[in-house]
Amino acid sequence: MAQPALTATGDSATRPEGWQGIAADWSSDQRAFKNVPWGKAMIWIFLLSDTFIFSIFLLSYMTVRTSTTVPWPDPSEIFALSIGGERLPLILIAIMTFILISSSGTMAMAVNFGYRHNRSKTAVLLLLTAVLGATFVGMQAFEWTKLIVDDGVRPWGNPFGAAQFGSTFFMITGFHGTHVTIGVIFLIVIARKVWRGDFDNNRRGFFTSRKSHYEAVEIMGLYWHFVDLVWVFIFALFYLW
Amino acid sequence: MEHAEGQQHPIGIYLKIWGWLFVLSTASYLVDYFDVEGYLRWSLILLFMVLKAGLIVSIFMHMFWERLALVYAILVPPLLVLVFVGIAWFEADYTFLTRVTFFREGIWGM
Repeated sequence: MAQPALTATGDSATRPEGWQGIAADWSSDQRAFKNVPWGKAMIWIFLLSDTFIFSIFLLSYMTVRTSTTVPWPDPSEIFALSIGGERLPLILIAIMTFILISSSGTMAMAVNFGYRHNRSKTAVLLLLTAVLGATFVGMQAFEWTKLIVDDGVRPWGNPFGAAQFGSTFFMITGFHGTHVTIGVIFLIVIARKVWRGDFDNNRRGFFTSRKSHYEAVEIMGLYWHFVDLVWVFIFALFYLW
Repeated sequence: MEHAEGQQHPIGIYLKIWGWLFVLSTASYLVDYFDVEGYLRWSLILLFMVLKAGLIVSIFMHMFWERLALVYAILVPPLLVLVFVGIAWFEADYTFLTRVTFFREGIWGM
């Protein structure tokens, strides 16, 4: 172990050739990210690519909103709700924001208790995160229904103003909602693994056949916080702007 | 050793950040509630957005404690998006100008 990588070692004959050689060479002991497990480095690289996807969605939204000569619909009015006889602007989105932030809080604590090998607390916090995430998706379904059925918003037009409002809204929030939904499913899977003690008993995953450790909870957490992070940008740039 | 097993920090710091995220979200909601307009609105929205994003990435996602090799590998590439934003905004603004000039305002809404 820990041999420094040397050039011209002359051992190429002993290494695999072809495609197997490529895989073997790239998976050898050259490590850039010294003290993080490979899974964590990989989820970060995945999140980086996801960042670009959401960036491009928000960029195209900026482009169409800047270039249209038709007034942009006012999200403050469209997403207002009457609660107790008082009309509150954007209140639904504000509540959704607080729910998602709270789920990030419970997730961060789940990661923490995971590394302390506190199985029951970790599993409960993961499930709580999943419940909050599912609530968020439920409220989003309500929001979409109201917009489509009551207000008649479509990707190609709406009664409030610029037609691009509908297309960018459904694209951006739909893609984000998909991320939340996938996150909720994975949260339940990881919670089950924690509850059963897979990370303490070295039980192999049903899909990967690999042993896993409590870093899996942190990797789950990174994905979940990213979903919250994307919402911060959507909330500011789409709903508040 | 801090990295003996992953990231271990006192629970208190997460609760504190949770609280701050609530405060910042409330603040950005109030910008809309009180109908703040124009440059003040946009700068406040962006300020609260950047602060929230910073807290989530650095504390919740532990970037504050990671080695720089990882931090730079992940955080520098998205900065290039800002160049893209600049280019796209410049182009969109030009499109708007041509639409106003040649088609007159309102025709797309008919």
